Amino acid sequence: MQKSKFSWANIYLVCVFIFLYLPIFYLIFYSFNAGETMNSFTGFSLHHFSELFSDTHLVIILLNTFLLAFLSALIATFIGIFGALFIYYLKRRSHRNTLLSLNNILIVSPDVTIGASFLILFITLGTLFSGFSLGFWTVLLAHISFSVPIVVLMILPKLQEMNDSMITAGYDLGANERQILKNIILPYLSPGIIAGYFMAFTYSLDDFAVTFFVTGNGFTTLSVEIYSRARRGVSLEINALSTLVFLFALVLVVGYYYISKDNQGRSKKKKRGVLR
Amino acid sequence: MKKYNTLLAVPYFMWLIFFVLAPVLLVVGYSFFDQNGHFTLANYAEYFSSGKYLLMTFNSVWYALLITVITLVISYPTAYFLTKLKHKDLWLLLIILPTWINLLLKAYAFIGIFGVHGGLNSFLGFFGILPKQLLFTDFSFLVVAVYIQLPFMIIPLLNALDELPASFIAASKDLGASATQTFFKVVFPLSLNGVKSGVQAVFIPSLSLFMLTRLIGGNRVITLGTAIEEHFMVTQNWGKGATIGVVLILAMIVVMIFTGEKKVGGKK
Amino acid sequence: MKKLRSLLIEIVLIICLLFLGIVWLEKSSGMSDAKVVNIYNWGDYIDPKLITKFEKETGYKVNYETFDSNEAMLTKIRQGGTSYDVAVPSDYMIQKMRKEKLLLPLDHSKLPNLKYIAPQFMNLAFDPKNKYSVPYFWGTLGIVYNDKAYQASEFKSWNDLWDAKFKNKIMFIDGAREFMGIGLASLGYSLNSKSDAQLNEAYEKLKALTPNAKAIVSDEIKTYMANEESSVAVTFSGEAADMMAKNSHLHYVIPEGGTNLWFDNLVIPKTAKNKKGAYAFINFMLDSKNAAQNTKYIGYSTPNQGAMKYLPKAITSNRAFYPTVAQIKQMEIYEDLGSKYLEKYNDLFLELKMYRK
Repeated sequence: MQKSKFSWANIYLVCVFIFLYLPIFYLIFYSFNAGETMNSFTGFSLHHFSELFSDTHLVIILLNTFLLAFLSALIATFIGIFGALFIYYLKRRSHRNTLLSLNNILIVSPDVTIGASFLILFITLGTLFSGFSLGFWTVLLAHISFSVPIVVLMILPKLQEMNDSMITAGYDLGANERQILKNIILPYLSPGIIAGYFMAFTYSLDDFAVTFFVTGNGFTTLSVEIYSRARRGVSLEINALSTLVFLFALVLVVGYYYISKDNQGRSKKKKRGVLR
Repeated sequence: MKKYNTLLAVPYFMWLIFFVLAPVLLVVGYSFFDQNGHFTLANYAEYFSSGKYLLMTFNSVWYALLITVITLVISYPTAYFLTKLKHKDLWLLLIILPTWINLLLKAYAFIGIFGVHGGLNSFLGFFGILPKQLLFTDFSFLVVAVYIQLPFMIIPLLNALDELPASFIAASKDLGASATQTFFKVVFPLSLNGVKSGVQAVFIPSLSLFMLTRLIGGNRVITLGTAIEEHFMVTQNWGKGATIGVVLILAMIVVMIFTGEKKVGGKK
Repeated sequence: MKKLRSLLIEIVLIICLLFLGIVWLEKSSGMSDAKVVNIYNWGDYIDPKLITKFEKETGYKVNYETFDSNEAMLTKIRQGGTSYDVAVPSDYMIQKMRKEKLLLPLDHSKLPNLKYIAPQFMNLAFDPKNKYSVPYFWGTLGIVYNDKAYQASEFKSWNDLWDAKFKNKIMFIDGAREFMGIGLASLGYSLNSKSDAQLNEAYEKLKALTPNAKAIVSDEIKTYMANEESSVAVTFSGEAADMMAKNSHLHYVIPEGGTNLWFDNLVIPKTAKNKKGAYAFINFMLDSKNAAQNTKYIGYSTPNQGAMKYLPKAITSNRAFYPTVAQIKQMEIYEDLGSKYLEKYNDLFLELKMYRK
């Protein structure tokens, strides 16, 4: 009985994954199309890829996009961790709820609203500094800003589940705050932190409207480029690009997983009995 | 404890002041001005008196609700089953991976899949089912919207279910509870925090969807997102757009009150 | 903790690698040192080979950036913080930007190639004497149909669209001016009407058209038509050219009784830092050979008379894309309506969209 139930679960998961990956494979399939459209496959060809590689402009945009996503998500995660801790440690529930509502405002606000108000904000603040111009730094700030709330949202539930007796025990054993944070709280929160980081990363990659408003000369992201190509039709070169991004990410993810699993195996052996 | 934490939370507060409070004040401010820069309450008056905007609000809430419920129903078993698998972290990453491909491209892929001559219809054709108009229906709109939101629901759920102490479940079984009882009495209540943050991460942004309503829905459903887009981009009447923005923020606060922590207030 | 730390190290490592990659690429493409001309244009709206050619001929470096709507571009240029040297707004937007003093007047003596532009495309109402702008591409609003389902004779005038046989069949481009324009044109009114009575009449008439609307979509209309999701659509000639390149069953017709005539134009916004480069670029694009090459790549109609002889006859003699001067005289260019009427058009359009269900 146990076994058959398990296989139903697997079938369900397979269906969900097929659903998640179906459009991706559709895009990848047509990136090898000899023709120019996504509606009929006229033959196998790699010419969209060669087109892509000769387009330095697009490659720079791609690298910019990922640099921005990795960096903004990282900074947002740091800010978010301490924000979440702060909210959690607030004494009064009403204060917590108020802060949480403020926290979520950027999630609920439509992108155009955020983009337009950030633009005005940057321009206003910019007049205070000479030589100010929109560009990488303003986009980075904006991306950090709209990623912070999602990180907080991912970490808070973990904090609420955390067993305070662990921390009390830590203090009783004479640990200082730094040690408590490093050895008890952060490890416990790590699934939330990782989830938060990747959500922030995704937000950054996906964003179009906010980036468009707050960017300036010499810095664009892939989303802005793709959306602005829509009027003329998005070419299969972009599909080829997505194929490469997807394959690269897949290799990275699987590779990362096996490396980290090795490490974990080792460290678990060492640690067993010390903490648990 | 307090001193240490406060100091580290300084960047968070800087963020709150500069990137939340300042823009919100700006948006609220804009909502009280007309296009000639005169103070007015007309934006709000129009919003609450015109059937057009109320219908849009209703549409937005209704579709966001549908999207959230469907997403939750699909996501919960997914997350639950995933926690039983061996390589959890790997599966988590594989759930996230599709979100790294541009949204517009995925929407175009769905146009291809759902088209009259598209993949799904020719697949159904094998079973003798005649091509159907799938695009511009609620069905295709909901499918694509749910598709976009799925990872944002699965991740927090996985996050919450993952660290459920196995001992709880074992204990429940030892005490003679059936699998269903264990699930509803032990597993589900313990994952409620994850459900809440998932619902927040999906419902709130779904309120202001606009691109999919046009791209996949063919503008058959008009939501607040469409109106905001129009006011900010086409007519450039930022006052009216900001008014809807304020309403959305208020709606979010209502959602937070419903899904936020209730009387128990944590373990403190 | 160990997991978090190793993740952190890896992320920082990736960031460094990406940063080095960008620096290296920018150096190898010479982005950092040459004198840069910042072009602000619609996505993929120029033959990339022409950019390379321009860079070779003049020694300037082109920084090509893109926007997706006139209004989005306006917001960016109005708010400042950028330094675009050349931008490509449409007709009504030029009028608006002129009013807001966002454009620099052009010195025609620095644009000798301006002589190639056909006289009927010079000195238009939105920019008298071409003080601020030079036409880049132009086109019309019309009807695309698929010859598997319909033929040209079924689309003689705008009124034909009300026919009951089109129930739930037609795709419309998502624009208030365009949709209201169909109603106005079918009644014989101006597309720039500022009469409430006329607009309401058009609104009432358009209500009867809404059952025929299959979808109201934007740029994706090309994909839909090329995929034969629908057999008839109301759209711009530029979009039509794109979809016809993908599906040979599609044809474009301009109904009688007036339609919209549109222009995309090269301008120098007030944000320009490298005016010399801007003039060099505009003059380069006006050159007949370059204009012809660009026209072949983009597929829209060129206002460049000199370019005609470098283009195949099949293109230039196609009346759907190069209508006669007499036909053009019947068409109307959008004027900036001012905020009150722009909003009125959009409100009516929104109500029609909602009425549709």
